[in-house]
Amino acid sequence: MAAVSMTVNGKAVTADVEPRTLLVQFIRENLKLTGTHVGCDTSQCGACVVHVDGKAMKSCTLLAVQCNGASIVTIEGLAGADGTLHPMQAAFREHHGLQCGFCTPGMIMSAVDIVNRKGSDLDEHTIREELEGNICRCTGYHNIVRAVETGAKAMAGSAPVRQAAE
Amino acid sequence: MSATGIGASVRRKEDHRFITGAGRYTDDINRPDQAHAYFLRSPHAHATINRIDATKAMAMPGVLAVLTGADLEADKIGGLICGWMIHSKDGSPMKAGPHPALAQGKVRYVGDHVAVIVADTYAQARDAAEAVVVDYTVLPAVVDTATATKSKTVIHDVAPDNTVYNWHLGNKDETEAAFKAAAHVVKLDLVNNRLAPNPMEPRAALGVYDKGEDHYTLYTTSQNPHVARLVLSAFIGIAPENKLRVIAPDVGGGFGSKIFIYAEETVCVWAAKKVGRPVKWNSDRTEAFLSDAHGRDHVTHAELALDANGKMLGLRAHTIANLGAYLSTFSSSVPTYLYAPLLSGQYNIPAIYAEVDAVYTTTAPVDAYRGAGRPEATFVVERLVEKAARQIGMDPARFRQINYITKFPHQTPVIMCYDAGNYNASMKKALEIADYKGFPKRRREAERRGKLRGIGFSSYIEACGIAPSAAVGSLGAGVGLWESAEVRVNPVGTVEILTGSHSHGQGHETTFAQLVSDRLGVPLEAVSIVHGDTDKVQMGMGTYGSRSGAVGMSAISKALDKVIAKGKKVAAYVLEASEKDIDFKDGKFSVKGTDKTLDFGSCALQAYIAHKFNGQDLEPGLKEGAFYDPTNFTFPAGVHIAEVEIDPDTGVTTVVNWTAVDDFGVIINPMIVEGQVHGGIAQGIGQALLEGVIYNKDGQLVTASYMDYTMPRADDLPSFKVGMTTTACPSNPLGIKGCGEAGAIAAPPALINAITDAVGHEDVAMPATPKVVWRAAQKAVSKMAAE
Repeated sequence: MAAVSMTVNGKAVTADVEPRTLLVQFIRENLKLTGTHVGCDTSQCGACVVHVDGKAMKSCTLLAVQCNGASIVTIEGLAGADGTLHPMQAAFREHHGLQCGFCTPGMIMSAVDIVNRKGSDLDEHTIREELEGNICRCTGYHNIVRAVETGAKAMAGSAPVRQAAE
Repeated sequence: MSATGIGASVRRKEDHRFITGAGRYTDDINRPDQAHAYFLRSPHAHATINRIDATKAMAMPGVLAVLTGADLEADKIGGLICGWMIHSKDGSPMKAGPHPALAQGKVRYVGDHVAVIVADTYAQARDAAEAVVVDYTVLPAVVDTATATKSKTVIHDVAPDNTVYNWHLGNKDETEAAFKAAAHVVKLDLVNNRLAPNPMEPRAALGVYDKGEDHYTLYTTSQNPHVARLVLSAFIGIAPENKLRVIAPDVGGGFGSKIFIYAEETVCVWAAKKVGRPVKWNSDRTEAFLSDAHGRDHVTHAELALDANGKMLGLRAHTIANLGAYLSTFSSSVPTYLYAPLLSGQYNIPAIYAEVDAVYTTTAPVDAYRGAGRPEATFVVERLVEKAARQIGMDPARFRQINYITKFPHQTPVIMCYDAGNYNASMKKALEIADYKGFPKRRREAERRGKLRGIGFSSYIEACGIAPSAAVGSLGAGVGLWESAEVRVNPVGTVEILTGSHSHGQGHETTFAQLVSDRLGVPLEAVSIVHGDTDKVQMGMGTYGSRSGAVGMSAISKALDKVIAKGKKVAAYVLEASEKDIDFKDGKFSVKGTDKTLDFGSCALQAYIAHKFNGQDLEPGLKEGAFYDPTNFTFPAGVHIAEVEIDPDTGVTTVVNWTAVDDFGVIINPMIVEGQVHGGIAQGIGQALLEGVIYNKDGQLVTASYMDYTMPRADDLPSFKVGMTTTACPSNPLGIKGCGEAGAIAAPPALINAITDAVGHEDVAMPATPKVVWRAAQKAVSKMAAE
């Protein structure tokens, strides 16, 4: 067994895990944060995207022990402590950017990361290219693109999520 | 129209939990002391199993059990079933081979279930699976759809030539006569490529056995939990229905693949009793590729006969349909009654004849996938129609228009009686939105940039809400296709709707609540939709075939009628008036010609306290149920126009414009309906351009991950231009036709028609990958160079 400790959604967590435990398993099974999903196992679909030290990463492709000392934000940690939705969450709802909801947490975490990296003035082409690592089978992406455009604009001026969570 | 009623783009009630990570999918549910299952699957496409030795695996850490087909047999657990009987032309029943949940003596595809290992943890179960020794005698694989019946290899003893059935529909003699009289005959050979449905949530199951109650609970990723319970109980024999509860919680997409009753959930619920602990299984993506039922896989030769003026005289098709290694739950119906009755398209075709040979192969079972039979039919019709227009030199839009059905009801030669539609209205609107007139200019402009530009049409029709039950029963269905609903009004006027429909992305919690809010005048927040639990909802047929609006909501509507009727009786006592003088509007009961009113919530309270009436004259309470069986299928239809640009140097096709104009009848929530159209088109574009399941000659699945199977991504697709036309459906009380599958049905022929238009010839197979298109484009390039 290996000891891991990290900060998840602002809370310090420690545990002894099998060394082969993936970050996503640690999040879902140890911490019971089931909003982060596993859709493929080959780092393609992006349903498992979380923020590790402020960067979007696929938690199905990281070992929990690799994240020792890291600060992790999952979909559960994105809204404000009072329940106020993050602008990107609100934009997905407003623009019907989700249907079955399974890819949605990873999609939203990636979208926030895109804005953190590329700024809030995003054109359609950029959004589509940047979403390449997230697969949605329901929406045909049309409304996801609208949601990201709107969410990005709404994020302008608000603090990047990694700072908000820390 | 109110802000939350029928026709309003209400934002979805269910979204809050999904965007905050609070959704509750099957794999999110855990029970104390649960064990984990791992399925040992066949590495061979076809083999006999001589011996399974689990001695070493049983001794490994945490292992509780290694169970095989022999254990199922000993417990008298039956095989998986196919619930739709098809008879061959000669009257003989289809040849259904045995389909045990764990192999008994033989495996028939790569991924077939050999044994289940149950252990304390998933990792232990998976480790132990490697220690199970299976002695196989490998047999030849049968992979190719077109030649499966010519193979000397027998997959099932009941089907010595690998034929499941030879079925036909229509009038052969009349059709042959039509072809003899034809001025033009158009011919095409078409392959409808095999697809993997790929809902983003992989399948999962959690079986729980309560020893004290001798009762089972199964949490599962199902589109129809009641059907699952019926099959697991009545056919597979897990437990009587009253001892088996099936819960399908949030389900992450289905597209048909979660209709079926699979080996894994059967084994998990059975194994829970065997090991005395809850047993959980969660599919990984490769397992999903291996063992979720695939879709499509048709090989077709089709012909269209025209008179000298371009009027259609007849259509004939011969299709070979690959059903895989076993008959999945509804597989037999897909290439028959969900396919050939749609071969009339939107057209007046006096004579149609279709022959379908269904075959076994050593590949994963094939069953319904978004559209189920209708995309295959539409691909045949719309590819033929486009080619016909080109062959006779008529504009493809004009050619469709002169052949459209314009009078309703219209009886086709292949079962269907179309009840309502206005096909030309959709065509006109689509031509306008797509700026069809401007296309030649856009094409010339693309040519100047060295690109090949093409435009393609698809004038699709589909049949949704399959019904009535008696009719589908006469066609071989083992179930009725009605829907049930129960409206429970609480004493303070809030409402719970129990529905047999199941939402796995469709937004029922919103649209169904809109209907209730509209009818009862209660706020949207006061309405809750309950679904997906056989202990809560008495019975239901689930969600597939775009049936939940037309059938599921009609059942709710019928139950609401009863609630309002009962409410009037209560109001009559409270308002001291005659029942016939009571009106109900905007959430208020009133007495005609007076200002006396009783709001809905107060009426509900009066119904429960029962102080104003005698319980012998009127039953207390306000709760009503209904079963609704439609009078006919519904017939959504529309026109999609695809515009593509091809780079002749690379063969890369870019979809530059997409127009969809659909007639779905009455629409409850336009935002949700448009979302369904977008998603359907994306899957259709996926089929035409990107996706394809490939088995090699040994029956190994080559496309078993997202590294090898191309899912449509955001940068593969354009934004879509969506328009609507409306003719109300006369066959249900709400006028709804259904919208879930339209895009996936319409899109593939529109896109291939656009590509074939761009490259100037018909030989473009799906998926039209850069390699396929590059080859096809070279002729056009030489032509361009010569000019």
